Amino acid sequence: MAEVIVVTSGKGGVGKTTTSAAFATGLAQRNKKTVVIDFDVGLRNLDLIMGVERRVVFDIVNVIQGEARLNQALIRDKRVDTLSILPASQTRDKDALTKEGVQQIIEELSKEFDYILCDSPAGIEKGALLALYFADQAIVVTNPEVSSVRDSDRILGVLQSKSKRAEDKREKVKEHLLVTRYDPGRVERGEMLKLDDIQEILAIPLLGVIPESESVLRASNTGMPVILDPESTAGQAYKDTVGRFLGENLPHRFLDPAKKGGLFKRLFGGRTA
Amino acid sequence: MSWLDLFRSTRKPPASAGLARERLQIVLAHERIGRTREDFLPKLQAELVAVVARYVAIDPGRVVVNVDRGGDMSTLAIEIELPGAGGPARR
Ligand SMILES: Nc1ncnc2c1ncn2[C@@H]1O[C@H](COP(=O)(O)OP(=O)(O)OP(=O)(O)O)[C@@H](O)[C@H]1O
Ligand SMILES: [Mg+2]
Repeated sequence: MAEVIVVTSGKGGVGKTTTSAAFATGLAQRNKKTVVIDFDVGLRNLDLIMGVERRVVFDIVNVIQGEARLNQALIRDKRVDTLSILPASQTRDKDALTKEGVQQIIEELSKEFDYILCDSPAGIEKGALLALYFADQAIVVTNPEVSSVRDSDRILGVLQSKSKRAEDKREKVKEHLLVTRYDPGRVERGEMLKLDDIQEILAIPLLGVIPESESVLRASNTGMPVILDPESTAGQAYKDTVGRFLGENLPHRFLDPAKKGGLFKRLFGGRTA
Repeated sequence: MSWLDLFRSTRKPPASAGLARERLQIVLAHERIGRTREDFLPKLQAELVAVVARYVAIDPGRVVVNVDRGGDMSTLAIEIELPGAGGPARR
């Protein structure tokens, strides 16, 4: 049986898709059979971030409507062979997704994969609800910013009331906090919420902290999940996050302003790798 | 550009924005066509499988459709697995 993990946030643009791509790739690199599903029907983007946009043939809606088989819609990653991607439809709207359809897909994928990652759309409407409905675990992506923290709290409430586990009164969805776009320099200057504050407010276990990094834009430009960039601090932080998820005890790096480059770099504007 | 930018641009990985532009041009060109007419791939596949099935007993589950969208040219590859001599052919 596969573990179903939803990557969710409530708020838009906080890094769910970046995280889904990196985390799925990271799990697959650790030899876990992993599939990542784009639930953002109508606004598909995971294919671009994963760099498979030229190879999309069928999508999740085609499968639900019986126009294609699941294995025809899955795109195998060419870099990590234990990784597959199920794209969202670009032309239809979220009503094309049904609970029964999604359930069938997840049941079928469960036979073949170890992990099923669901990249949720923003909001708390149908698409987001379906993305989290079958989850066993949730990665709640949060930026150090008031509206993001509030929306994360809201989505935690939804996980506890509207997920299948909640409805079935089973053990609740396992929640993980992932703080992304963390800028230690700004935190130090008191311009950004501290990690401790976010943790205290949301009160769920911390899985990782991903620093703000210029390499994320480079990764999306090239269609290469940032975890494949060994130079990137964000990529390294995602690697640690995957390790921690798999039970390793790893310290959180990148919590302090980069000292590298020293005075010169500070004077001339340090770049965040 | 100020002279400070000269310092900043040393040891930088190759610029990726050009690649972003290229990828977008290709994917959007294809998506815009898709907006004006229905997605034909599901139907095309169903019809092709039906035609082939008139001649050989095939398993519709063993049909692989691959596309590679390019700027000047795209390719569509449909692979239909035919049963071998020892396969589920007629007796
Ligand atoms: N660690 C980071 N450092 C710098 N930029 C980042 C980081 N993480 C994400 N971003 C940027 O933030 C933007 C939003 O990221 P992404 O698309 O992953 O968010 P999302 O939550 O999936 O958005 P949506 O809600 O629209 O689906 C992108 O431009 C991405 O490049
Ligand atoms: Mg997204």
